[in-house]
Amino acid sequence: MSVEMIIFLIIAVATLGSALMVVTTKNLVHMALWLIVVLLGIAIFFAMLSAGFLAVAQVVIYIGAIAILLIFAIMLTQRTTQEAGSSFNSNWRWGILVSLILFAGLFIILVNWSGISTTPPNLDSRASVADIGVALVEPNAFLLPFEFASVLLLAALIGAIYVAWDRRKV
Amino acid sequence: MTNPLLSISLWFSNLLTGWGLPSGLVAVILGIAGVLITCVFVLVLAVFLVWVERKVVARFQDRLGPNRIGPFGLIQPFADIIKLLIKEDITPNGADRVVYNLAPILALAAVLLIWAVIPFAPSVLGADVNIAVLYVVAVGSIGTLSIIMAGWASNNKYALLGAFRTVAQMISYEVPMVIALLIPVILAGSMGMSEIVNDQKIWFVLIIPVAAFIFLVTSIAEIGRSPFDLIEAESEIVAGFHIEYTGMKFGLFYAGELLHALTIGALFATLFLGGWKGPGVTLPYIGPFLGVFYLLLKSFLIYFVIMWIKYSLPRIRIDHMLAFNWKFLTPLALVLLIVVAILHKLMVTLEFSYILYIVIMFFANIVTFFMALNLVKNYASNTRKNLGKPPEVVVIQTNPKIDQPSPVTSNS
Repeated sequence: MSVEMIIFLIIAVATLGSALMVVTTKNLVHMALWLIVVLLGIAIFFAMLSAGFLAVAQVVIYIGAIAILLIFAIMLTQRTTQEAGSSFNSNWRWGILVSLILFAGLFIILVNWSGISTTPPNLDSRASVADIGVALVEPNAFLLPFEFASVLLLAALIGAIYVAWDRRKV
Repeated sequence: MTNPLLSISLWFSNLLTGWGLPSGLVAVILGIAGVLITCVFVLVLAVFLVWVERKVVARFQDRLGPNRIGPFGLIQPFADIIKLLIKEDITPNGADRVVYNLAPILALAAVLLIWAVIPFAPSVLGADVNIAVLYVVAVGSIGTLSIIMAGWASNNKYALLGAFRTVAQMISYEVPMVIALLIPVILAGSMGMSEIVNDQKIWFVLIIPVAAFIFLVTSIAEIGRSPFDLIEAESEIVAGFHIEYTGMKFGLFYAGELLHALTIGALFATLFLGGWKGPGVTLPYIGPFLGVFYLLLKSFLIYFVIMWIKYSLPRIRIDHMLAFNWKFLTPLALVLLIVVAILHKLMVTLEFSYILYIVIMFFANIVTFFMALNLVKNYASNTRKNLGKPPEVVVIQTNPKIDQPSPVTSNS
């Protein structure tokens, strides 16, 4: 077993365990902190696939922005942090069924995919950031999804300003 | 072999391979040894920083500073550490024990992690990753997280207030910081630290002074030092997020803050002051050591500037802090980014000479900065003019004939 394999197994177990903790912990802030561990684990997977840019972007966006915003929102609603009620509702059986079906579907697709057994190409880590940048503005590659995402985010931004705008001062 | 540091690592790896260890394991052991050496080096520097900080603040305040133990009080930091170690370790009632104890560790770790990508010399650097600049931002967000954890887990309202302020400040100042970091990236054409250093035939601070200024200001805000020390403002929220921490746990926060200031110095030196570059770094044998020396010299220069600002300026008010960021620094950084990007592309395509390139870039920076300052000045003077006028009030007069109130607007 190579060193990378050992690291992969440790990180995989830690990520899955933390993901389980996210849904079973009762304290909301602890949930958010476990979620951060999960996101960090995924960032490490990206790094191990020599996708350094994605790994760092994962940390910047998901931990640096989204998770902190999440914790902030939880802290502002002080009462709920101490809540001790059950984190399951009556639909938990259906939830398990749906998640199992989803898992089985993904599993079957991945097993039948030809790329699963081929070794990954040796990426030139120096050039990968520039490649991502070019791919995002290439019409044949990801220009359209990139622009759609940009417009969506811009709309969200304008929406946030509109909601927060104090009309009395104008 | 003319590089002593490389020779040592080669000798060590040969030694381990000679013992019959597999090459993968040798690489891991070498990596861990590198991490340990860097961390120990930086942490020993932090001990020294306590002394520097106390001496410099003393001179700024016309005092002598520690001078009793050892020559120039040099042994004082060790006395401080022993004092911190033997203090009672208190965990307050109702504190979230695990998160409470994890926060100071994360706070120091987030600072130490930045040193992984700082090149000490051409061959002496932890990880030569091509996304080093973005990595620095990512690690910074883990530092923010540690302060939030400390503030929340302490079960103290002042600590929580400190954490709220931290979120407002650090997330806001991250925006112009990232934009300012993009500007040297555009100039060097890479996000890797070693490429950025190699690209600096002339220090970037002379080509893009305004970007350097924005980076310095936003970094001071990220560390939470005066004038941006709202997160631990002792006169308002006692000590903010670390109010409940005692002994070495407080020591970790304190060391983290001091070290963060030096780390910002090292980052600034790497990005804008040419990093390890200086006379004689290509010499055999002593070259790498000279590189480390130059980097530390430049870092301490910036550290001194940060201390200078800290001990000369009063604390900024919280609404001013946010307004300064969102209404001045962020727009300025965005405009500067656009100007630099267009000029860079234009001048590289038209093959301008390097000297002309530097001169035009410098003046473009200065002009952008003064235009921004002028806008702010005009806005402020307009606001002041309006403040001088009596406020517009609505006077409700009762008309005796109709006997109904009718609003009349007047200027008196």
